[in-house]
Amino acid sequence: MVSAIHAEDLVKTFGDVRALDGVSLDVPEGTVLGLLGPNGAGKTTAVRVLTTLLRPDSGRATVAGVDVLKQPGVVRSRIGLSGQYAAVDEYLTGRENLRMVGELYQMSARDARARADELLEWFNLADAGDRTAKTYSGGMRRRLDLAAALVVRPPVMFLDEPTTGLDPRNRMALWEVIETLVAQGTTLLLTTQYLEEADRLANDIAVVDHGRVIARGTADQLKAQIGGERVEVVVHERDRIGAAVEALTRYAVGGPSVESNTRRITIPVTGGAKVLADVIRDLDARDVEIDDIGLRRPTLDDVFLSLTGHLTEAPAAEEQQEVAG
Amino acid sequence: MTATGHAIGAAVPRQRRGLAAMAHDSRVIARRNLRRMTRIPEIVVFGLLQPVMFVLLFTYVMGGAIQIPHAGASSEVYTQYLMAGIFAQTVTFAVAGASAGIAEDMTKGLVDRFRSLPMTRSAVLVGRTLADLCQTSFTLLVLALVAVAVGWRIHHGVPLALCGFALLLLLGYAFSWIGALIGLSVRSPEAATSAGLIWLFPLTFISNAFVPVSSMPGWLQPIAYWNPFSATVQACRNLFGNQVGPVAKAWPMQHAIGVSIVSSLVVMALFSWLSVRKYRSASGRA
Repeated sequence: MVSAIHAEDLVKTFGDVRALDGVSLDVPEGTVLGLLGPNGAGKTTAVRVLTTLLRPDSGRATVAGVDVLKQPGVVRSRIGLSGQYAAVDEYLTGRENLRMVGELYQMSARDARARADELLEWFNLADAGDRTAKTYSGGMRRRLDLAAALVVRPPVMFLDEPTTGLDPRNRMALWEVIETLVAQGTTLLLTTQYLEEADRLANDIAVVDHGRVIARGTADQLKAQIGGERVEVVVHERDRIGAAVEALTRYAVGGPSVESNTRRITIPVTGGAKVLADVIRDLDARDVEIDDIGLRRPTLDDVFLSLTGHLTEAPAAEEQQEVAG
Repeated sequence: MTATGHAIGAAVPRQRRGLAAMAHDSRVIARRNLRRMTRIPEIVVFGLLQPVMFVLLFTYVMGGAIQIPHAGASSEVYTQYLMAGIFAQTVTFAVAGASAGIAEDMTKGLVDRFRSLPMTRSAVLVGRTLADLCQTSFTLLVLALVAVAVGWRIHHGVPLALCGFALLLLLGYAFSWIGALIGLSVRSPEAATSAGLIWLFPLTFISNAFVPVSSMPGWLQPIAYWNPFSATVQACRNLFGNQVGPVAKAWPMQHAIGVSIVSSLVVMALFSWLSVRKYRSASGRA
């Protein structure tokens, strides 16, 4: 299959920080690659290099068959970029924003106008099209920003954390739009901190940490790669966590992870339901009361934990803010 | 959200090249910035209030106390002397508009959007400075009317006066490129506003704009005379017919129109080159 995005050994340093430390990527035409990683992993830097915003120190890349370093102007006419911060002019109306972008993609004024109307309709912004973007909600701005990236129907799209900070309803709505685009043949590179998002939208996932791709594959392959299943236990009393961990360690094939505020302990196991029964009996014998116990397949969270030794903390904190706000 | 009528097609190829592309893109950006000004009229209004206030304060409060050589101290005489200085100071404040506007585009991610589009690199800055030029023209027009209301007059006819205003706009346009560079260099719009304004006060006050240079201490006089800003003020006084008595002996004062044009062009060339270079490597969040 032909690669729509191809990067070889990209390196970019800012001072002492190696933001990209030899990143290679390959996205076949018509597929979605999810770049998954915590804040500061190098995801945005990778997108900035591939969208010609930043020159790498070394390495090479092609997008839509065009060399990013040699012909950046041509690359720009074939890509759409929608960033982490909705980059729309808040003092222009939605319609004016889209028309401006169309004209800067060198469309004729008439085509830009027609395309703006079409996109406003498609993104459910037709009624708000003549209001300034300042009056838009966060979700509406994000949709306008994504619409701006679609003005010329680019064959390759880059979405940098498209749903960060959105509430669940708006996130779902944006996912549906993205799925439609992909169904129509757009190649997509998506960065995200949300494991769920990568799981749902991406064909392939590249896990990025400290500027390196530390694992790649489909969601299923990544889960299989770290093997087995997980037993997850929620103990009733916080001061019994120690005793529970001691019991569980005997059945674990890897280190346990403990979230003390939720009293949740997770261990990787092999052996399925039999292990679960043994664990229950053992905890009972030690007089550890449990609220919940279960056997589950590993999530991408587990993948991340076992690959990097740390969780993707950032999204959890943001999720809480959203509930509060 | 439905997908009706949305099909993936080939990207539109670029039809325009070189200067035509730059003119087109700059016009799109200039129109965008002018639209913003109509949506945030406060910016235009406050941009106007400050020089109007200066005209009134200098004319009625300070005017009577400032000695103009060969004419003495009176607020009527001082008004004639002052206006070229106020006009010139006003156009230099275009720096603040450009620096704050561009800094805002940087922090809001708009510069990233523009840089990811197949548009001319310099157009974002050219469009911005052209929009500022429109705003400066409007401000000058209103300010001239206020000046006439407080007694300012031109004495050498309208064509020469218009040449004076052309020199002022050239100076303002050159200075908005300094603003562009500041906007691209600082980290926040707030910093851009202060960084854009702070140095303008010594620049415009250590000059012939508000008081005769001959009243300054000897060591300061050459600095004031050779301040390129003074040349534009002197040139305007000549063209408006507001010069009382002989022009100062210093060489830049004797060749004020030429010095004004050349220094504005040099500033414009230098800072547009620096700004466009900076813009190419600028990144919103780095």
